[in-house]
Amino acid sequence: MIRLEHVNKHFGEVHALKDVSLSVAKGEVLSVVGPSGSGKSTMLRCMNHLETIDSGTIYIDEVPVYQTLKNGKRRTDNDRAVEAIRAKVGMVFQSFNLFSHLSVIENITVAPIHVLGRSSSDAMAEANALLDKVGLLAKANAYPHELSGGQQQRVAIARALAMQPEVMLFDEVTSALDPELVGEVLRVVRTLADEGMTMVVVTHEMGFAREVSDRIVFMADGRIVEEGAPAAFFAAPQQARTREFLRSMWERNRQLGGTVSL
Amino acid sequence: MLTTFLGLFDFQGAGDYMPALLRGAATSLALTACIMLISLPLGLLIALVKLGRSRILRTCASTYIEVIRGTPALLQLFYIYFVLPSFGIRFDPFTAGVIGLSINYSAYLAEVYRAGIAAVPQGQIEAAKALGMSRRKMLRLIVLPQAIRVVIPPLGNYGISLFKDTSLVSIVTVKELIFTGQIVSSTNFQYATVFTIIGAIYLAFSYPSALLVRWLERRMSVGTKVKPVGGATPVTAATQ
Repeated sequence: MIRLEHVNKHFGEVHALKDVSLSVAKGEVLSVVGPSGSGKSTMLRCMNHLETIDSGTIYIDEVPVYQTLKNGKRRTDNDRAVEAIRAKVGMVFQSFNLFSHLSVIENITVAPIHVLGRSSSDAMAEANALLDKVGLLAKANAYPHELSGGQQQRVAIARALAMQPEVMLFDEVTSALDPELVGEVLRVVRTLADEGMTMVVVTHEMGFAREVSDRIVFMADGRIVEEGAPAAFFAAPQQARTREFLRSMWERNRQLGGTVSL
Repeated sequence: MLTTFLGLFDFQGAGDYMPALLRGAATSLALTACIMLISLPLGLLIALVKLGRSRILRTCASTYIEVIRGTPALLQLFYIYFVLPSFGIRFDPFTAGVIGLSINYSAYLAEVYRAGIAAVPQGQIEAAKALGMSRRKMLRLIVLPQAIRVVIPPLGNYGISLFKDTSLVSIVTVKELIFTGQIVSSTNFQYATVFTIIGAIYLAFSYPSALLVRWLERRMSVGTKVKPVGGATPVTAATQ
């Protein structure tokens, strides 16, 4: 579904992604964990071209969509190709990013109507079904600033789903939420995982990652350090760097009073 | 002392020339309306070009803005009314005034729009991109609707400034409020009365408009993350 081959990305002097290769199979739920600044979010953002890569290739559905080689020179793909890919790849952000001037229902229908060319009545029906799914049908006409963070994030998930994406990217979707609101968002993500949606989940919620993922990838300093099935990854991490990270997460959770189980 | 001061005024006699002053006020309002109608869309166009992808067009827009903002509005009016006729291009005074101040205001309004667009949070743009929107759709559906809320109060302030700045076109003999006042007072010598009445007329329009803008400002700030951008007074105000 998504395949990264030898992807490198720099932000000025900082080498944010170092020769990252990774593939995500259709229907797979992949969680990406690691310390802040390890390149997890950057990798996710590269997957739908919110960041451009310096070298390597990213394939979506086996098509090398983002960077093509022409006369030996790297070239960013044209806008239309990028837009077509983004329409297939749903993304949910840490800071929700709901359109502040649009109501909940308009947030969900704006892209299906204007990007996919759906009729407004079809888009509305679909949006209502999605709102029902995320438990916010009653808020259809509310504006984002009238909602809690958890509600906003659930609307953001519904907005991404309305494009009927083939894969969903979740970028630390609970990091900006108050602890008591984390659960309602994770429940929605878990439902999607159960339904067989292909997902890449960047998260700090270790318990959640262990529970929903088919595979865990651990990143540090722009590199993929270790990957494996959740049970093996948490029970017997192979790398010292991974063990150190898991220990620090465990410590943090204990200090927080165990709100999130490891 | 007070009697001497009050003796300078003759409001009873004002009835004779009030119709002329009111016609002048109507001309000032007509100028304001025409110039706003032209410079609101023109300013937006310039701002969009300045934020666009063509480097040549971007440079053109920046040059336009810098040249216009870096020279007095009076000079621009002189150019249009006195210099262009040497090249065979002639306008009547009203048209020359409208063209001159529209050119001037569009440059200032372009900067207001640009600031408004820049104030739209990056996250909104990323969300639009992630949904597969093209640049054009993103601009039309997401960026401009949010930017407009931010720029309405400063645009309103520029509208009020413009109403006062229309007095500049008296220099190209448009019979707006100030020029009418000069004509009237040079025949009846009632300088104190005439210009006091004119001041009152300006204030009668400007102050309620300012209250309206303030009210809009409060309304627009509800429910948006975007803070209104400050509307600096245009340079033209200082040239008077």
